[in-house]
Amino acid sequence: MSTTEALLALLEPEPAHGYTLKHQYDRWFGRNRRLAFGQVYSTLSRLEKNGFVSQSQVEAGQGPDRRVYEITPDGVTRLDEWVATPQSPDLYATSSLYARLTVALLSSRDASQVLASQRELHLERMRELQVLRRGAEGPDLLAVTYEITHLDADLRWIEASGARLARMARPEATGGDADA
Amino acid sequence: MLEAREVSFGYGATPALREVSIRIEAAASLALMGASGSGKSTLLHCLAGVLVPESGSVLLDGMDLTGLSDRERSRIRLERMGVVFQFGDLVPELTLVENVMLPLQLLGHRASAARARATALLDQLGIAGLADSRTGAVSGGEAQRAAVARALVHKPAVVLADEPTGALDSVNAEAVLDALVDMTRATGTALLVVTHDNVVASHLDTLVTLHDGAILSNSPAAAT
Repeated sequence: MSTTEALLALLEPEPAHGYTLKHQYDRWFGRNRRLAFGQVYSTLSRLEKNGFVSQSQVEAGQGPDRRVYEITPDGVTRLDEWVATPQSPDLYATSSLYARLTVALLSSRDASQVLASQRELHLERMRELQVLRRGAEGPDLLAVTYEITHLDADLRWIEASGARLARMARPEATGGDADA
Repeated sequence: MLEAREVSFGYGATPALREVSIRIEAAASLALMGASGSGKSTLLHCLAGVLVPESGSVLLDGMDLTGLSDRERSRIRLERMGVVFQFGDLVPELTLVENVMLPLQLLGHRASAARARATALLDQLGIAGLADSRTGAVSGGEAQRAAVARALVHKPAVVLADEPTGALDSVNAEAVLDALVDMTRATGTALLVVTHDNVVASHLDTLVTLHDGAILSNSPAAAT
């Protein structure tokens, strides 16, 4: 999830200050990783420098003054482009699971155990997500089912890889078991 | 409570199950997974009393099914078990409500009482409006909900489901599974689902994976 574009999206409906943006980000995008306040302000500073946001006013209060940010027309254009541009599919190939399995195979470590332990964690997470799904609506429901679907794809790969490893370990095996 | 205790079974000289033990408590659910040939269908048939293990026992609320005759096991299946198959296996000549009424009528209940109970279940599953439709006139998801109702209508101790959502798209599968889990949990029914689908398995309390006729993993660990 890009923090830059997420903050632009949160500023699009109306101006907001950093405190509000941090909490809205955590609500809508920070599912597994909440945003630090420091990152909010450093990102806003960069967005302002790039002309995507501007400071509309400074609210005075009992504490430090609070700067209110608003999105610029260039910021809206940037957001339009980001939403409409498909993600490169090869990003999914950067999984550390694939890398760990490769290292295990190259170094004669127990690759099947790498798969088995990852499968357990994936299944546990999937079960947690099913509980969350039962109470989710709207964007939350889509986000939860997105994660479930990706975990399922990983699990299919894990299981297929396990079967391939077993076959590699038994070159005489012919496969084709009848379902019992 | 349904339990397999050190169950072994073979087809001729080929072992299909090797000392498999699982237990499903009342109101709990268990997913049984495994590749083709892993033994999951054989275990399902042993738990249903269709097959008799070569060794070990199958206990339904403490009663050992392996010591019963074919006739007695058939009676137990009718009275104490509900089943859901991949394609529902509803009788096409009957309406949905007539399909759901069937187990009660086979057990000797009056038609009016059976219809009332079946209609109430269809209502809980959100398809009361289709009660008088024939199976060919409803969607796969609707037919499968009716199959869930039929499995539960006689208040069984256990429901055994074999790939119950295998023929459905993901959204319909989710709705059918939610209904199956919710209704078995609410009625104190033990639920066993055989599946090759990880998403289906993640709806259930416990996942047991079979490999070459033995338990490969049990997560979270179920008491055996």
